[in-house]
Amino acid sequence: MSSEAQVVSDATQGAPVAVPETKSMSIIVTKGSLDWAYPPFILASTAAAMGLPVTMFFTFYGLPLLLKKLNLQLTAAGNPAMKMPMMGAHMGLPNLLTALPGVDAACTVMMKNLMNKKGVAPIEDLREACLDADVRMIACQMTLDLFEYSIDDMIEGPEIGGAATYIEVAANSHINLFI
Amino acid sequence: MADHTLDAKGLNCPLPILKARKALKDVAAGETLEILSTDPGSVADFEAFCRQTGNQLLESSNEDSVFRFLIKRPAA
Repeated sequence: MSSEAQVVSDATQGAPVAVPETKSMSIIVTKGSLDWAYPPFILASTAAAMGLPVTMFFTFYGLPLLLKKLNLQLTAAGNPAMKMPMMGAHMGLPNLLTALPGVDAACTVMMKNLMNKKGVAPIEDLREACLDADVRMIACQMTLDLFEYSIDDMIEGPEIGGAATYIEVAANSHINLFI
Repeated sequence: MADHTLDAKGLNCPLPILKARKALKDVAAGETLEILSTDPGSVADFEAFCRQTGNQLLESSNEDSVFRFLIKRPAA
């Protein structure tokens, strides 16, 4: 990695200031199902492993991903692309069937078995890897209020913040993702 | 022979990279780390990882579906 710094002008001072060339990344995490939990934690842990400072902002259904005990579920409803390998073919479920009691639970069990078989890490492990790598985690205050969670329900590590807290991070990050 | 070896066989993305990063912490500058993986995606990923982190990818090979990477930490 080169240590070059680019020079930009500071609007308030008019004087050039050096901005370090280290790339940084932020991710807004908005979804909390088993499948959607993967992209943010995979990308955050990998970016941190590659030396990028990473910040994750957990809002709406992404916020429960910070709960101490995770019990992530998935649903096949409205997800026509969710086809699982089965006996040499790929099987999906018609939307109508996905509404039957127990179908989501069965899909979740199948997905977790599949992930285990293929060596895909449990979300808890990826979350731990993020914490080990000093990924900064921000829990959305508004979502805590809205869904009546307390920061004490969450794992150790996340701080509390709001939209402005995130925007300040994003304004100083090279990569900003919304997942 | 590599100075250190990491067996990441059976692990899927991004675990080989995460474990390699962890293992590199015990690798002194100028020493090498050998990584064994069965994830075909790790071929492109270790190239990108090394380009981004300034480590040197000395070897990348494949034998009987086991991928082997040899990474050298740059001399300080």
